[in-house]
Amino acid sequence: MPNSSSIVLSARALERTVTRMADEILERNDGTDGLVLVGIQRRGVQIAERIAARIESSEGVRVPLGALDITLYRDDLQTVGPRPVVGKTLIPVALDGRNVVIVDDVLFTGRTIRAALDELADFGRPARVGLAVLIDRGGRELPIQPDVVGTHVEAPHGARVDVFVKELDGKDEVVLTSGAAA
Amino acid sequence: MSAPLGKDLLGLEQLTAEQINLVLDTALPLKEISERTIKKVPTLRGATIVNLFFEASTRTRISFEFAEKRMSADTVNVGAAGSSVSKGETLVDTARNLEAMRIDMVVIRHPASGAAQFLAERIESNVINAGDGTHEHPTQGLLDLLTLRDHFGTIAGKKVCLCGDVLHSRVARSNIWGLTKLGAEVAVCGPRSLLPNAIEEMGVKVFDRIETAIEWADALNVLRLQLERMHAGYIPSLREYNRVFGVTRERLDRAPRDVLILHPGPMNRGVEIDSDVADGPHSVILNQVTNGVAIRMAVLYLLSGNTPQLAEAAKGIA
Repeated sequence: MPNSSSIVLSARALERTVTRMADEILERNDGTDGLVLVGIQRRGVQIAERIAARIESSEGVRVPLGALDITLYRDDLQTVGPRPVVGKTLIPVALDGRNVVIVDDVLFTGRTIRAALDELADFGRPARVGLAVLIDRGGRELPIQPDVVGTHVEAPHGARVDVFVKELDGKDEVVLTSGAAA
Repeated sequence: MSAPLGKDLLGLEQLTAEQINLVLDTALPLKEISERTIKKVPTLRGATIVNLFFEASTRTRISFEFAEKRMSADTVNVGAAGSSVSKGETLVDTARNLEAMRIDMVVIRHPASGAAQFLAERIESNVINAGDGTHEHPTQGLLDLLTLRDHFGTIAGKKVCLCGDVLHSRVARSNIWGLTKLGAEVAVCGPRSLLPNAIEEMGVKVFDRIETAIEWADALNVLRLQLERMHAGYIPSLREYNRVFGVTRERLDRAPRDVLILHPGPMNRGVEIDSDVADGPHSVILNQVTNGVAIRMAVLYLLSGNTPQLAEAAKGIA
């Protein structure tokens, strides 16, 4: 069965979306006080970096930026066969009493976020934890909802949503591929 | 994507460069866990690990235990004294009885070379060799490689000399396998009575004088003189050994470059290594210890995905 791909976000649209997400995060947090962005490895980290850059240009403040690799907190490690590659976790500030915003590229089943919440709890007790995602594709398997969404995409279970970022992939683009997995 | 390690870690001889790099690359992000306030991740929750230590050990046993606990595994320590081993139970019987209590992994240290492999061939659980006789000590070899890579950025092309009691050293053997596979130039230096016959066949240079070794090397891995294994006159006296083969400040000061100093511990200060070298600016001996926990966490993590039951389960999903 042939796959059909369509572009969800072009480079320009991705940039506008990230800008709006940054503004919404500021609005919800009432500025940059106590704000910490934590990107999820891998592409959540790059999205978080861009949000931080946008906040810096509009507010003149560099908010602390962390990276979280949730591999060791996955709930399917007993069944996935060969061990997934572990990435880098770096939380540069104490999280106690902070307003932490988790940033990820695609929100799907919610299991990654469940793992991220568990991992964050090992770093301290934030005043509040929010969730900002570039793409919400639906299909949740856990009671987890985002606070800030770049774009909603209707993607059935077998479909793929791929986020490409210049830093890792050489281009900025979000692509929806339906049908059999590529 | 990545080459799995297989069921057991018995030695670096059996591993490819790709597998060695997988362990090193996995250990790198795991170092961060030991820096946290809560030094624990849930990865091995529910897994039971038995540490079978039939030979004295402080560093390795505690390092494995920290690694296991920081990955949330449940652990049991068994020593030769105070267990049924002292009543004459065989190694396999001990292990089979432990397996009957449903364990997942065995970490074994044993005075007989080949003990880990012997056990691995007879039980289902993952087996990790924590040192078998004078054969191999793979996690020590891996942590030495990680320490060298941390410092130099790469292993390939670096000149590493193993100094001293190579004959009795499983650390030396694991180092030689690992270093040569990653493209380092390897040498050994020590009295001929403490070098194995035909050591050149492992692809290493031999230096008879410590001064020439220091002149050549980027790093020295100074081995412990294993007095407990020396039942015959291998060296005239400790003082004479230190005078001729000791790694001293004066000798290092004459080197054309800064030489990195490693030692697997425990050190005989004033014998194979002088205190001002062990505690000096180019010593990474304590970095080795820190890296040891991360390496062992990486090995536990990578092996835990390679039990036969899991392979079956994975097939069901794919």
